[in-house]
Amino acid sequence: MDVILLQIFNGLSVSSILLLIALGLAITFGLMKVINMAHGELIMIGAYATYVTQNLFMEYMPASSFGWYFITAIPVSFIVAFVFGFVLEGVLIRFLYGRPLDSLLATWGIGMILQQLARTLFGAPNVGVKSPEWLNGGWAVTEGLVLPYKRLFIIGLVAVCLLCMFVYIYRSHTGRRMRAVMQNREMASCLGISTRRVDAMTFAVGSGIAGIAGCALTLLGPIGPAIGTYYIIDAFMVVVLGGVGKLVGTVAGALGIGLTNTLFEYWTTASLGKVLVFLLIVAFLQWRPMGLVAVRSRSLDS
Amino acid sequence: MKNKVWKGTASLLLALCLGLTGCGNGNNEGANEASTNATANASADGENGIKVGVLHSLSGTMAISEVSVKEAEMMAIDEINAAGGVLGKKIIPVVEDGASDWPTFAEKARKLIQEDKVVTVFGGWTSSSRKTMLPVFEELNSLLWYPVQYEGLESSPNIFYTGATTNQQIVPAVTYLAKDLGKKKFYLLGSDYVFPRTANKIIKAQLASEGGEMVGEEYTPLGHTDYSTIISKIKEAKPDVVFNTLNGDSNVAFFKQLKDAGISSKDLTTLSVSVAEEEIRAIGADVLEGHLTAWNYYQTTDTPENKAFVANYKKAYGEDRVTADPIEAGYTAVYLWKAAVEKAGSTDVDKVKEAAKGLEWTAPEGKVTIDGENQHISKVVRIGEVQADGLIKEVWSTGDPVKPDPYLKGYEWAKGLSE
Repeated sequence: MDVILLQIFNGLSVSSILLLIALGLAITFGLMKVINMAHGELIMIGAYATYVTQNLFMEYMPASSFGWYFITAIPVSFIVAFVFGFVLEGVLIRFLYGRPLDSLLATWGIGMILQQLARTLFGAPNVGVKSPEWLNGGWAVTEGLVLPYKRLFIIGLVAVCLLCMFVYIYRSHTGRRMRAVMQNREMASCLGISTRRVDAMTFAVGSGIAGIAGCALTLLGPIGPAIGTYYIIDAFMVVVLGGVGKLVGTVAGALGIGLTNTLFEYWTTASLGKVLVFLLIVAFLQWRPMGLVAVRSRSLDS
Repeated sequence: MKNKVWKGTASLLLALCLGLTGCGNGNNEGANEASTNATANASADGENGIKVGVLHSLSGTMAISEVSVKEAEMMAIDEINAAGGVLGKKIIPVVEDGASDWPTFAEKARKLIQEDKVVTVFGGWTSSSRKTMLPVFEELNSLLWYPVQYEGLESSPNIFYTGATTNQQIVPAVTYLAKDLGKKKFYLLGSDYVFPRTANKIIKAQLASEGGEMVGEEYTPLGHTDYSTIISKIKEAKPDVVFNTLNGDSNVAFFKQLKDAGISSKDLTTLSVSVAEEEIRAIGADVLEGHLTAWNYYQTTDTPENKAFVANYKKAYGEDRVTADPIEAGYTAVYLWKAAVEKAGSTDVDKVKEAAKGLEWTAPEGKVTIDGENQHISKVVRIGEVQADGLIKEVWSTGDPVKPDPYLKGYEWAKGLSE
């Protein structure tokens, strides 16, 4: 019984990480039709921002406040990645709208440049981030069921991000404009929306979320220049499976992949589990090419 | 007057060209090329010095491990040069980047031997890189010094192996766990490529003969970072020990998540064969404290040679740096090559190989001897425990160097494994 509960928890935790990584991608790929291969590197930027925050805390803040660095690092990594995304959009991405293949190549190049830059700045070896004391250990529900605090924290963090995204996309003025532009650019433009500004904002917000994902990943593993590349394929899978353009689709996609992946991994092995998940996704997309949740819009049909 | 000078220079140049063409093995492809060949030859065997290749991944995923081995090899070269060089000549290192890409390793090896005319190459880390370089060294009859522990079942006449083979690391580690600590139930966890799979094949055969039992076997792709499910499986299988052959980054994720799941080294023993001081630095000593490792050398190994080696390494590359087994094996390789060349009185590959048979040298890890039969070296095996300061304390050792046995011929249970 414990094992089943633990596996469900593990599945949820994997899903939440996938969701956090895919959220940013859902905006840039799902809404803007830009295949952003540098999304992984935006995650890396968030992770290194966390690392730098930690070092600054160690250097300049009293030792007693060290536990707070992680809370500080979350907005810091969002802002750093946000600014980075904003600049990237301004100098490169905006020339690539509506050209998915070009965007794929160009952003892939950007990704490689960013990885090399990270190697120059922080060195080729991976660096570690010390988790704050209050995130160490786990909540022992029963003897066999220990839920690590870090995973609980990440699930909570993802829930908060999701709520913010929901409010931003569906309840705020900027979000409404964003949806309008994504669904019918000409019409939105005719109605007086500055599509240029909306594009830049949207891309930057997506990048910022990637930054938060990077911050969360520092709790689980090492930080290296290639940290993002491990997750990028899974994130694209989530977006494609979930259906392009809707938040609820991304959530469904992440839950589906995360839970089945953990389940298959438990039954078989890590490598085989992943293969089975991919096979299932391919089969599913044969049946429903638009993914789990599809947006109904005339402009998207074309 | 002017005319005379011009004529003089011209005839001198002409003579030089002709002379150089003569040197270039009667090669008529033009004076220019011939002159480059001549300079290359001069610097390889002439009075200027002896060229050697240093070929490691200085970029890509393996750079994390290989850069420090390159540094140790460069340090050995500098030390030898400062002490007068080899055969009275300075060693000139030619450094190349294998870029963590196995075909690149083969290409660069070829380039070093054919274009740079190096007399030997120090390099490689992953078994994949070694396997791609092997045919190049055999085809061109050159020498490679390979410094990392590996899965054994190989012995090329053109490679000297200065890292451990399985009977110098994995086999004694399994015996130590099963016999000395009485741990019978093994869980095998490794990365999904040649080294862990071969190592686990050997461990399974050995367990069957020594009364141990395998209660689980898992492989994860290189770079895998989510170990929550595998940790659940380990919990369920209730092993006495996890024998860890994970490589690279995955170790960080695995040990962090093991700790978060409430499992410390007191609850479950793990023994790793690819986690050394360098990796502990990246993973965090607090996460790894109390876990076991099996190697031939630790920074704390207590020999006078090692004290000097550690001090020099820190002086050259920084106080916060640590030495580790492959770093020491890379350093040792350069000195063994030097000793062989001096004994042979030449850098000729066949003469060096002949001279290397039975050669002894006191390395930081203790006395090592080159085995003439398989060109591996004999080494002391040491089990260590990770300390809070990130260093490893030796808890068990074979005392004397163990003779290399790459094909495990000395073990009854290993029959048929090498096929």
